Amino acid sequence: MTRKGLLLTATTLALALGAPAMADTAQKKIALSNNYAGNSWRQAMLESWKRVTDKAVADGVVASADAFTTAENQATEQAAQIQNMILQGYDAIVVNAASPTALNGAIKEACDAGITVVSFDGIVTEPCAWRVKVDFVKMGRDEVEYLATRLPEGGNLLEIRGLAGVSVDDEIHQGIDEGVKAHPNFKIVGSVNGDWAQDVAQKAVAGILPSLPEIAAVVTQGGDGYGAAQAFAAAGRPTPIIIMGNRQDELKWWAEQRDANKYETVSTSIAPGVSTLAFWVAQQILDGQEVPKDLTVPFLSVTQDSLDQSLKDTPEGGVTNVDYSQDDAKKVISESK
Amino acid sequence: MRLINPRLALPILSLAILIVAVFWLQPRAMSYVGINLLFNLAVPIALATVAQMIIIMVNDIDLSMGAFVSLVACITAAILPGNPALGALMLLGCVLAYAALGALIEARQLPAIVVTLGMSFVWGGAGVLILPSPGGTSPVWLTAIMKAKPPLVPMAIIASLLIAGVAHLLIMRSAFGVRLRALGGNARAVSRAGRSTVRLRAMAYAVAGCFAVLAGMALVGLTTSGDANIALRYTLLSIAGVILGGGEFTGGRVSPIGAVIGALTLTLAGSFLSFLRLSPDWQIGAQGAILILVLAARLLVRQAEKRT
Repeated sequence: MTRKGLLLTATTLALALGAPAMADTAQKKIALSNNYAGNSWRQAMLESWKRVTDKAVADGVVASADAFTTAENQATEQAAQIQNMILQGYDAIVVNAASPTALNGAIKEACDAGITVVSFDGIVTEPCAWRVKVDFVKMGRDEVEYLATRLPEGGNLLEIRGLAGVSVDDEIHQGIDEGVKAHPNFKIVGSVNGDWAQDVAQKAVAGILPSLPEIAAVVTQGGDGYGAAQAFAAAGRPTPIIIMGNRQDELKWWAEQRDANKYETVSTSIAPGVSTLAFWVAQQILDGQEVPKDLTVPFLSVTQDSLDQSLKDTPEGGVTNVDYSQDDAKKVISESK
Repeated sequence: MRLINPRLALPILSLAILIVAVFWLQPRAMSYVGINLLFNLAVPIALATVAQMIIIMVNDIDLSMGAFVSLVACITAAILPGNPALGALMLLGCVLAYAALGALIEARQLPAIVVTLGMSFVWGGAGVLILPSPGGTSPVWLTAIMKAKPPLVPMAIIASLLIAGVAHLLIMRSAFGVRLRALGGNARAVSRAGRSTVRLRAMAYAVAGCFAVLAGMALVGLTTSGDANIALRYTLLSIAGVILGGGEFTGGRVSPIGAVIGALTLTLAGSFLSFLRLSPDWQIGAQGAILILVLAARLLVRQAEKRT
């Protein structure tokens, strides 16, 4: 083989090897439209997005992947933000929506302009968009299922709900309701809105506790377990089984209680890294792959056995997380087909 | 009489500067579709701003505007498509409730800020009752109007001009409007002239309620469905829009055209900051800075006016 031939072969080989990274999406621009960044979950979500997309841009998989967060958590503002993204010429928009329905007008405008829209976590109902969703109803049901294994006798439950009027709150509540119907020895004796924030939950629980009988367990939505625990401690009442939501302060409190008096519970939430899964799904769609409109992501659960490891991996004030890869996205897509 | 009211010069100038800046940052916006995308969400804000302006005109302030528009959106999305008669009746009821509030505030001499703040929770609760989780659909005719594509001029611009025109005629040119403005300017003189202030304030609130109902309906026409928290931001946006448009908190001194321009300016300021790729941490601050800048400019103009 001549030297020129060798060089040519080498070049062809290099091109062939580089091919996966130089996919059809190398020129594509993807934007993240996020409605809120004011809690640890959303901060971790944005960090995951940055970590994964920075690498994807550096590897030449996509041209850019900018993240935008609205200044206020308002659907009207996010609709305007999405309309701005249409004008900015993005090829795909990944959305964590302030409302499942109030953005539909703007999302439709984007679809009509030929833009791929992938919603996750806070999903949208507009049929032209893709949905990377979490089965929140199952999450609520699983909480009661877990309690049924711990408390075969049943008992009184206190329910801490999220922000009123938000679909996630409604779905988790529905799941808990179904769970209680399936296990009639449980009874919800009180319900408060904790707004997924420890301080709000603590105040709300402290307010309702004096009027409640003995509580066997607290069913929650995440971000409210530690506040509930504080309220029980302050009222001098025995600590019930409180379902946790993967926040670092919750896991830390749980570990302390476990060491002190063998406290047992379970912790479930969705990983903030789901934003990166949505990113890869958008990339796969732009790449021309056949992707079903509805995809389901698994929960991230922390159990008594994995508590120490999860606590170690979770940053102070943060939430347990996992970054998804392109292969994870392919797996989720093929499972949903 | 001067060609352009000096009260309007500054709002027009601010809007013009922002439009030029946005077109410069994002030339793609300089098209029929682009202008519609920039301004269509300003239409409901403009209607809410006019509603707020009428309340401010009679020396009150409405802290329930966002919650009320959200409630209207819920009724429009959840009830109007399936049961038009009931939906229309409920919307009428909303307007009457507003009129009753105005009468109550005047008759008992209550501070409007307290009454409307309290009512905001009532409206919010009613919204969640009607539409417990986000959903519903927009009536077909409503979406058809809001998403219409008339030739040459985008719908958003036509709607804005229409709102400004109707509000101007009603408030600045009709005898009814003069009486309402007089109520804000000098309520005692109005009552000495033999007019019932209770009735006038109720009328002012009813008209404001009408505009707020239109705002909620326009919003649902654009979003195509409802949400009990959809318009909470409108309370502060509408107040800012009135002030930005040259209105004042006291004395019945307002400008309907200015209010619409103020609403457009606020909407555009958001797009401008987004095109600038400003970090969200700074955006609220930057929006506030734009507001302060315009108000500071107004103070300077006012002082210059006094000197001449």
